[in-house]
Amino acid sequence: MTALPWWRDSRKVGWLVQAAVGLGLLLVVALLLSNLEHNLTRAGLRLTLGWLNQPAGFDIAETLLPYRASDSYGRALLAGLVNTLRVVGIGLVLATGLGVVAGAASFSTNPLLRGLSRTYVEVVRNIPLLLQLVFWYFAVFLTLPPANQALQLPGLQLAKSGVYLLGARLVNGELVGGWRLSLELAALLTGLVIYSAAFIAEVVRGGIASVPKGQWEAAESLGLKPLATLRLVVLPQALRVIVPGLNSQYISLAKNSSLAVAIGYPDLYAVAETTLNQTGRGIEVFLLLMAVYLGLDLCISVLMNGLERLVSLKDR
Amino acid sequence: MSRPSLQSWRRQLFGSVPDTVLSLGLGALISWAAWGFLHWAFGQAQWLVLRANAATLTIGRYPEAQEWRLWLLLGLLVSLTGLSWGLLRGRATAAGWPLNDRIAAGLLSLLTLVVPPLLAFGGLNQLRLLFLLGLLLLLRGLAGRWLAHRWGLRLAQSWPLVWAGAYLLGLWLIGGGLGLTPVRPSDWGGLMFTLLITSLTLLLALPLGVLLALGRRSELPLLRWVSVAYIEVIRGAPLITLLFLGQNLVGFLLPGGLAPDRVWRAAAVLTGFAAAYVAEAVRGGLNAVPRGQLEASRSLGLSTAQTLGLVVLPQALKVALPALVGQCIALLQDTTLLSIIGLFDLLGIARSVLANPDWLGRYAEVYLLLAVLYWCSCSALSLGSRALEQRLSSSNLRPAHR
Repeated sequence: MTALPWWRDSRKVGWLVQAAVGLGLLLVVALLLSNLEHNLTRAGLRLTLGWLNQPAGFDIAETLLPYRASDSYGRALLAGLVNTLRVVGIGLVLATGLGVVAGAASFSTNPLLRGLSRTYVEVVRNIPLLLQLVFWYFAVFLTLPPANQALQLPGLQLAKSGVYLLGARLVNGELVGGWRLSLELAALLTGLVIYSAAFIAEVVRGGIASVPKGQWEAAESLGLKPLATLRLVVLPQALRVIVPGLNSQYISLAKNSSLAVAIGYPDLYAVAETTLNQTGRGIEVFLLLMAVYLGLDLCISVLMNGLERLVSLKDR
Repeated sequence: MSRPSLQSWRRQLFGSVPDTVLSLGLGALISWAAWGFLHWAFGQAQWLVLRANAATLTIGRYPEAQEWRLWLLLGLLVSLTGLSWGLLRGRATAAGWPLNDRIAAGLLSLLTLVVPPLLAFGGLNQLRLLFLLGLLLLLRGLAGRWLAHRWGLRLAQSWPLVWAGAYLLGLWLIGGGLGLTPVRPSDWGGLMFTLLITSLTLLLALPLGVLLALGRRSELPLLRWVSVAYIEVIRGAPLITLLFLGQNLVGFLLPGGLAPDRVWRAAAVLTGFAAAYVAEAVRGGLNAVPRGQLEASRSLGLSTAQTLGLVVLPQALKVALPALVGQCIALLQDTTLLSIIGLFDLLGIARSVLANPDWLGRYAEVYLLLAVLYWCSCSALSLGSRALEQRLSSSNLRPAHR
């Protein structure tokens, strides 16, 4: 029996392919790094994180974390991160609420409600998020009337100076009290929530559709009302399908919050861009951004995986 | 038929007290919103901004003297579309046009007759568009009647090559060079730029994504790790940070002065970004191909490349088609992010129009037009994907995985 030639031996070919790919990658990375070093030395920059302690010198329009222009770059970026977390946190809660309602509404027996839910999902999902954000900000929130003619909604007052929740009062032509959101934050939240909720509604719809029809009928014959059926019988079972789908939608929401930069809300990305323009520290800023967003995704995934274990079918 | 359905509607809407309250409430809300919109659209909106900027929104700042090249390109695309339409649909029904085709032709004619005058395209351009419509329908008819029967099959095989050739020709017509006056990428803009960058990115991301998906399922650990790391890191990062990398850092990573134009850098980033998502869609398809297919082709003596190319990938891609179209839609929407880094895609050019003091505050009108355009494109894509899916699933080529 003749020996197998090496090029027919899949194990040897496999090693060869890997060696070639590995070498090629190493070569490319080495080339890029040597270019980087060359270009950095020429520009008089060195990769450090020391500049994070230098005073930033720029203002941030709104921060949850106390911040002044004389604070350091590190503090500025941290304030940006807190702003991002604020949007993501509020956005997740509101989008989940709206998404569940819209998803459940597509199973309503009322054709008007059903049609509204389907229309909402179909319209919102097929229009780019960024377009929706600039629409909400420039075409809606920036055209709000001044404070003394503020739009009154239940528990909500909309004016040029901001969006006021929980009972603000008009004092000398200005709205005071209540909980004020800046127009940027309000527009970002509105756009982000409406967009994300449409996708969440689809996830919820898929989850509810996965529950066998017999469950509805059984609950009905036990005398449960439709809403009670949904809450007590269908949703708990649908959650097993919904939660994994929610995971990816939540991560999308977190990533999409970076579009804040287009409407002037100072989130992490916006602050990072300003930092780059002032320091020229592109590489460090980029690595920091990647680390933060990947970390954020990881946190959401870990939490959602925990939730998934909680709602999954337990073997008894 | 109408009576019982009317009755059932009444029962569904007003069958019980809560239903009646809900229906009336929603009805009032919808009417209020519709009235508000109509009031705005016919009372306050100033649609002049669209008429004055229709050309800019379509082709951006493309030099006027070279516009004939774009018309030529449009003519080429229209001709090919007409021929493809006839070839695809004419074979079965040479006798007359099927109902769907008649509806499509009617809609197209209506759009061509109504939209250009509304947007004030100018008399000459309207004539050109009418001519193109005539060309489209004529070629559809001719191809369906004559070509489809005699050469349908043979032409169908080489048809992708014809389209690929037309694509390259289109790139040449837009970009110039080789005898034509060059038009720099930074002068491309508007709807044309969005379509160009989306199609280009998609064409490049597809093969890359397939390779990544194969790498992720490879038995070679190094290939697997590299693919997994790439896919997960890219999918974990917001697109805007990657565009940031492309715009600000590529200059550092390449030898001095070698960094390509911003448009190409953005296109490269979009391609790398889309490839990671395409890879996940393709992986879903690959997972659906039963192992027996692989073993069967091995035992027939097919090489690895043949197994992949002839057996596995055709089935996997077919299963992955809906997910791939989903990515295509996402990519079309993602191109709007190019406006953040200062490129003139459809949204970017709209923002630059709105920055003009003449059109101050006309946000709603312009953004509404854009929303309609994006909505129509994305909906058409998903409708087309659903139709294609049905055709594929009803043919005998259906994979035997379910």
